[in-house]
Amino acid sequence: MDVRFTTAGDTAFNVEFGEGIDRPTNARVMALHARLKAAAPPGLVETVPTFRSLQVVYDPAVTSRREVQAAVEAELAHAGEAPVEGTLWRLPVCYDPDLGPDLLELSSSLGLSADRLIDLHGSTEYFVYMLGFMPGFAYMGDLPAEMERPRRSEPRVRVPAGSVATAGRLTTVYPWESPGGWHLIGRCPVPLYDGARPSPVLLAAGDRVRFEAVDRSRFDTLSAAATAGHFDPDTLRAAS
Amino acid sequence: MSAPCLTVVRPGLFATIQDLGRFGHQELGMPVAGALDPIALRLANALVGNPLGTAGVEIALLGPALKVEADGVRVAVVGPMALSLEREGQSPQPLEPHRSHTLVRGDVLKLGAVTGAAVAYLAVAGGFALEPFLGSLSTYVRAGIGPLGGKPLGDGTRLPLNRNDATPGADVELPEPPDYGGGPVRVVLGPQEDRFTAEAVETFLSATYSVGKDADRMGLRLDGPTLAHTGSADIPSDGLVTGSIQVPGNGQPILLLNDHQTAGGYAKIATVISADLPRVGRLSPGGSLSFRAVTVEEAEAIRRRQEQTIASWVRAIRPVRPAGGVDLEALYAENLVSGVVDIVNGNGDILNQEQMCGRAP
Repeated sequence: MDVRFTTAGDTAFNVEFGEGIDRPTNARVMALHARLKAAAPPGLVETVPTFRSLQVVYDPAVTSRREVQAAVEAELAHAGEAPVEGTLWRLPVCYDPDLGPDLLELSSSLGLSADRLIDLHGSTEYFVYMLGFMPGFAYMGDLPAEMERPRRSEPRVRVPAGSVATAGRLTTVYPWESPGGWHLIGRCPVPLYDGARPSPVLLAAGDRVRFEAVDRSRFDTLSAAATAGHFDPDTLRAAS
Repeated sequence: MSAPCLTVVRPGLFATIQDLGRFGHQELGMPVAGALDPIALRLANALVGNPLGTAGVEIALLGPALKVEADGVRVAVVGPMALSLEREGQSPQPLEPHRSHTLVRGDVLKLGAVTGAAVAYLAVAGGFALEPFLGSLSTYVRAGIGPLGGKPLGDGTRLPLNRNDATPGADVELPEPPDYGGGPVRVVLGPQEDRFTAEAVETFLSATYSVGKDADRMGLRLDGPTLAHTGSADIPSDGLVTGSIQVPGNGQPILLLNDHQTAGGYAKIATVISADLPRVGRLSPGGSLSFRAVTVEEAEAIRRRQEQTIASWVRAIRPVRPAGGVDLEALYAENLVSGVVDIVNGNGDILNQEQMCGRAP
């Protein structure tokens, strides 16, 4: 599909690279995002990468759509599909049914054993397509097809922070206690949002994530360290 | 002696610190937040000589009461609200909005009900001595982000002041309350108007909608005719802006305001133009609105004209003329051209584009 420009009023437009959620389309989004960040044309406020499009936000009191779009087209001529090298993270997760209250229901509805479901979830390297919904909420793909299941028909009013969840072909870790309709299969003891860190959000679009199963006592130890501020998230960076 | 501050002695219903928004971090999922009515915030700042994007207090519904614990502080309120002053040894007296007031230690400023708009703004000369988070003092209550723990003002909250030195006698006023104009709210169709039937687009542009009871800083649910999609209402989540009008499967539009999430998965039929965002930010439940489509170029021209109008309102700020009697201070100030410029931004510089516009739309 050719690049398509769509309009979001007089403060933003979207550069759409495709219709679906796939890695090649998203790689083009990320490549343009990186180029525009570096080029910083006048009046550009920020760019926001999503699954298949890049939102370009500008200040109409300073510049115009025509000027910003010209700058974007100039960058597009040079932006390839070179994948952006994000960080690979190893995130601990405890799949105890107390912490993942949908684990058993999800596995039985998929016709899998709980152990098989945990193996599948932990055996994949996920790609962070985008962040959104709440600060630090990462949409990670691509969940193994055997685990695909639509969102819950009854969303929960309160999902605990740290909940590891799946929906469709995506997985995530809830950074905050919030409402949510995804299936909760475990809990990550590492805060994905911490306002005290210089960069409060752990994951960025373009990063990759592997989940590593930990038992309940390890989970409790890590949780206590994180709560006390003694946990260094840099220890989760994997050599890629 | 403790640092100069305003202390909340009655919290009101929902008052938060806001500037023009926290831009530059939406890629982290960080909402922009910021003032629902940026024109009113900018004018309140102009009245106390601040750069126009300085953070102030956004007051919704019913305002707080604030006790002055500083030698002197100049304040201004812009918006349709009642306010009054309790000064030791005097009976309470009503104060006017749309002008500055110089308060002294021990004064209690009582901000009453906001009527006729969703919000009003209080600015203090010199601004609040609060720590910005990711470059902004905007409060995003849903995630507890921003100054004061990301919370609305509470009983006993101390609002620290950068300045402690206001001297009485140099108060200024807007000649009249700002007129935002009326008529349909102007929108640019898209980004997904092609996901709606032709009839739905026509209905959207001809119907009158009312603001439902689900209305907050995140958005306004609009009651009115439903809008049909050509297929599914769902799209792969993409970016949202303040003013995006998304339509979920039930066909009822939602107009997103400053605390909107950064991305969403419902098709969007249209986007409110930046010049009309202050108008929609002032809407409360029960208010009605209709929409008219313009092009991006028209929207940009409207915004440029609006910036000129705001600049003319700022230039028209004048020393307060007291009812009856001669105010020698005011006469004196009016005879000094530089005095008028000083009033505009406090240091004699002509306002530049950045000060006029803040950081972003």
